[in-house]
Amino acid sequence: MASRYRIGQDPDYVPLGRRLLLMNWTLVLLLCILSGIGFAMLYSAANGSLQPWAERQMMRFAAGLTLMILIALTDIRIWLRMSYAAYVISLILLVGVEIKGDIGMGAQRWINLGFFQLQPSELMKISLVLSLARYFHGLTIEETGRIPLLIPPLLMVLAPAALVLRQPDLGTALLLVAGGGVIFWLAGVRMWKFALVLGGALAAIPIGWQFLRDYQKNRVLTFLNPENDPLGAGYHITQSKIALGSGGLFGKGFMLGSQSHLNFLPEKQTDFIFTMLGEEFGLVGGIALLLLYTLVIVYGYVIALRCANQFGRLVAIGVTTTFFLYVFINIAMVMGLIPVVGVPLPLVSYGGTVMMTILVSFGLLMSISIHRDVRISRQGNDDGRH
Amino acid sequence: MLAEQFASRAGPDKIPTFLSTRHVFYISQPNTDIDPSMWHRDSDRYRMFTRRAIMLGAGQGVLLTGLAARMYYLQVMESNRYSTLADDNRISHRLLPPPRGIITDRFGAPLAINRQNYHILIVREQSPDVRKTLTVLSQIIEIDPETIDRVEGDVQRRRSFVPVTVRDNLTWDEVARVGVNAPDLPGIIIDAGRSRDYPEGPHLAHTLGYVAAVAEKELTGDPLLELPGFRIGKSGIEKTYDMSLRGRAGTSQVEVNALGRVIRELDREEGQSGETVVLTLDIELQRFANQRLAEHESAAAVVMDVYNGDVLAMTSHPTYDPNSFTNGISHKLWDSLINNEYSPLSNKAINGTYSPGSTFKTCVALAALEAGVITPEQRFFCPGHLDLGNARFHCWKRGGHGWVNMHDSMKHSCDVYYYELSQKLGIDKIAAMAKRLGLGDPTGVDLPSERSGLIPTKEWKETQLGKRWQGGETLICSIGQGYVLTTPLQLATMTARLASGKAVTPHLTRDHVAPDEIAARNDAEFPDLGVSRAHLAHIHDGMNGVTNELRGTAYRSRIKIKGLEMAGKTGTSQVRRISMHERQTGIIGNDDLPWKYRDHALFIAFAPVENPRYACAVVVEHGGSGSGVAAPIARDLLTKAQELKSSRPGVSAVNIQSASQILRTTTKKQES
Repeated sequence: MASRYRIGQDPDYVPLGRRLLLMNWTLVLLLCILSGIGFAMLYSAANGSLQPWAERQMMRFAAGLTLMILIALTDIRIWLRMSYAAYVISLILLVGVEIKGDIGMGAQRWINLGFFQLQPSELMKISLVLSLARYFHGLTIEETGRIPLLIPPLLMVLAPAALVLRQPDLGTALLLVAGGGVIFWLAGVRMWKFALVLGGALAAIPIGWQFLRDYQKNRVLTFLNPENDPLGAGYHITQSKIALGSGGLFGKGFMLGSQSHLNFLPEKQTDFIFTMLGEEFGLVGGIALLLLYTLVIVYGYVIALRCANQFGRLVAIGVTTTFFLYVFINIAMVMGLIPVVGVPLPLVSYGGTVMMTILVSFGLLMSISIHRDVRISRQGNDDGRH
Repeated sequence: MLAEQFASRAGPDKIPTFLSTRHVFYISQPNTDIDPSMWHRDSDRYRMFTRRAIMLGAGQGVLLTGLAARMYYLQVMESNRYSTLADDNRISHRLLPPPRGIITDRFGAPLAINRQNYHILIVREQSPDVRKTLTVLSQIIEIDPETIDRVEGDVQRRRSFVPVTVRDNLTWDEVARVGVNAPDLPGIIIDAGRSRDYPEGPHLAHTLGYVAAVAEKELTGDPLLELPGFRIGKSGIEKTYDMSLRGRAGTSQVEVNALGRVIRELDREEGQSGETVVLTLDIELQRFANQRLAEHESAAAVVMDVYNGDVLAMTSHPTYDPNSFTNGISHKLWDSLINNEYSPLSNKAINGTYSPGSTFKTCVALAALEAGVITPEQRFFCPGHLDLGNARFHCWKRGGHGWVNMHDSMKHSCDVYYYELSQKLGIDKIAAMAKRLGLGDPTGVDLPSERSGLIPTKEWKETQLGKRWQGGETLICSIGQGYVLTTPLQLATMTARLASGKAVTPHLTRDHVAPDEIAARNDAEFPDLGVSRAHLAHIHDGMNGVTNELRGTAYRSRIKIKGLEMAGKTGTSQVRRISMHERQTGIIGNDDLPWKYRDHALFIAFAPVENPRYACAVVVEHGGSGSGVAAPIARDLLTKAQELKSSRPGVSAVNIQSASQILRTTTKKQES
């Protein structure tokens, strides 16, 4: 089948030089700026030192960026054909860590590859979007209205979500369900079906509540009333709000945040890094970062709307929405708008796994952008001309 | 179907031109075999996608705007509140305990000071191996193995940067040795604190009192009291003037991190050390009095100025070392103090109540003169006893004194004379005079828990005991026995009032000391007693006879130095009832009785006889006779006081700026 895309035979083939030209370098720059802000904050979090966080984060970003460009330069049709395989592999790995975890490794969620710790749940975030996009790519608008045809993709979402929830990782499970739901939505699944599932989910909350671990229950209860237990579970949120609020309009200055530097703010290098930024650079800094994120999201939408194939469109909005959810859940959490869920601020928080996920998904987004005009049949195995 | 599948080329979706101007080349390629229905369907899909993507994008836009709004709310609208909270987190106010005020005697000699106290502390995070460091330390200074175990436990329990005390009260030599070996002792800190020190030790224990850690029930909400290691006055002058001695705490604003570790000091406001309290005591006289009383098991003595009420010496024996309380007293020592039969913890000068015995006769005689019931020359016959109803009241002298006037009645301490007077006076007139002379009520001296003693009246007996006053009781009271109880300080006050004719009250400070103000005392602040000078002269005459005339009861204890002579009155008060049987077979001598059944020996005196200045009262518990035991002590005290000129003007805290100035005066005095 690869022979179909030989040079000269595939009308949609984009030469490498052309791909480099078409690559959305502005988006790459935006991602670099965001990561740069992250390096600066990690430098501050370490009280003015590249160790232990900033330097490692830079190295990871360099590796991730290379990977992103490689993915971007790969033909989108290759990713399409690999979608189901990636999903199956991710699911197997997910079951694997689950079994391994049960055997006695505790809540271990990763596979150690020596140089890199692979989290199957992160891999799943991307491959779920890919495989759902591929599935819906193959359905006509009429077919998306047929309930039996909606059952396989629903299982595709629920199986990994259930596995991840068992780990237990509520944040990732929510991201998976939300990311999947968005693909359903864009594919044209009827509104009332969403309402039905949502209603069912709400009805299931009291039942699901019993399955939550104590710390998860506490997080929700703490969210509902953080001042109730200011030195216990509510401490993080209370301190985070104090840090943000005391930052004021212009902040306390780089490396001068008292809440962050005197350790009142927990996890300042990971989940609460936005709080630190808000404390040191104030509302101005926070809004600026938010605008950068918004710009990246807008790019995602533009790429999606300009894409000629349904697969690319769905994947583009899928990864953009996942990115949005990271940003929204993290910032809303540190500002006390939603319960504490362990979701980092993409590209800024310290941590290699999520950075890798984000950069890989942006690689896909750029591949979509480069191959925006490639036409793909609904079966995905042919361009429909032969 | 198959054809359709193969023909399912997605085709150029209808792409808005604004999005695809750069790639016209690709979509303009000829597409000959496109199923038009596919076109239609895929554009349906695209329209649906676009519509929903825009809705989704709008939703995300709303949520992002919501984040911005929340940010605005937190960082602009609520900013002030959160800034305050952040500062509350970050800034910790620490109290700096002020140095306690020093106490000096009337000439500035230090009586209570703050000594540098060196402790040795260890900080876990600065010591790689706590046990090893402590072992090395134990080779340099003395540390017992239990201490090492305790410190290791404490160190684990506290946060790693909190210093733990290893040992207190290092000598200077030990400090130097630890300092020299500092490189081998990582994490070891030497800290200089202050602890209260009483250079005179036991000489002033009762008067000065002592300081100790604040007890739970003494907490008043003043944060100073909650500081670890803070000491407050628990008794004596330390307690009475505690508020003045305490001073005002300073504050230090420090920046702390979430673990409470101090990062830096932001602001510091020094406190004010406690006021210097200058006492009226003359430490040399005080030391002398202590040595003099130490010859007896249990005794108390007071020397005071008859004009201004300055207490020059106040001593209670046995005594204790107040320094042992400063750093916590051991159980063993405490038990030995409270179980001691001679009650060393009690200040007998103000807490011991004794029948005044014959010393009370001065008061009865003055009452009789003032009431006009007798003249000094009027004589009564003493056959050795007086019968009232069917009871017989004995004179101390079995054979009686024969005819006695007032002068002789005092000189010989004739009991019958006073039985006669009391019958003419009645108990209430005696009591009224006793109260005027300062008995029966607390003197108001500036010490805590002073006892009031007791001067009985008819009304008192009816209300307190519910019984009618008996005539015989008046007789008993007239010789200072029965219900009458006085403290040594009250007796000294009475003597001072008799000597000066002024209503003096005793006090221990040179100045009026209040927490926020120190004001000099006015020498002329005491009103006249309102007693005829002529009558007082008769009392003085009688008391002069006691000491300075041959066959006076205290003639043997007179002051022989010319110009320093004293006038006094002996008192021997019984503490047991002498039965009829014992009177007939012969009264058992004191030496043959167990200590606690022996008589109390008392003596009151003032000196010089002409123009008196010093009053003195001595009580020797179960000491035997007043003339034989108490009078010699009073003689020595008054001689010493006059030789030292104890009442000469001393320093006053009003006129000095600081404690250091006082200490300078003291050194000068010692040098000269």
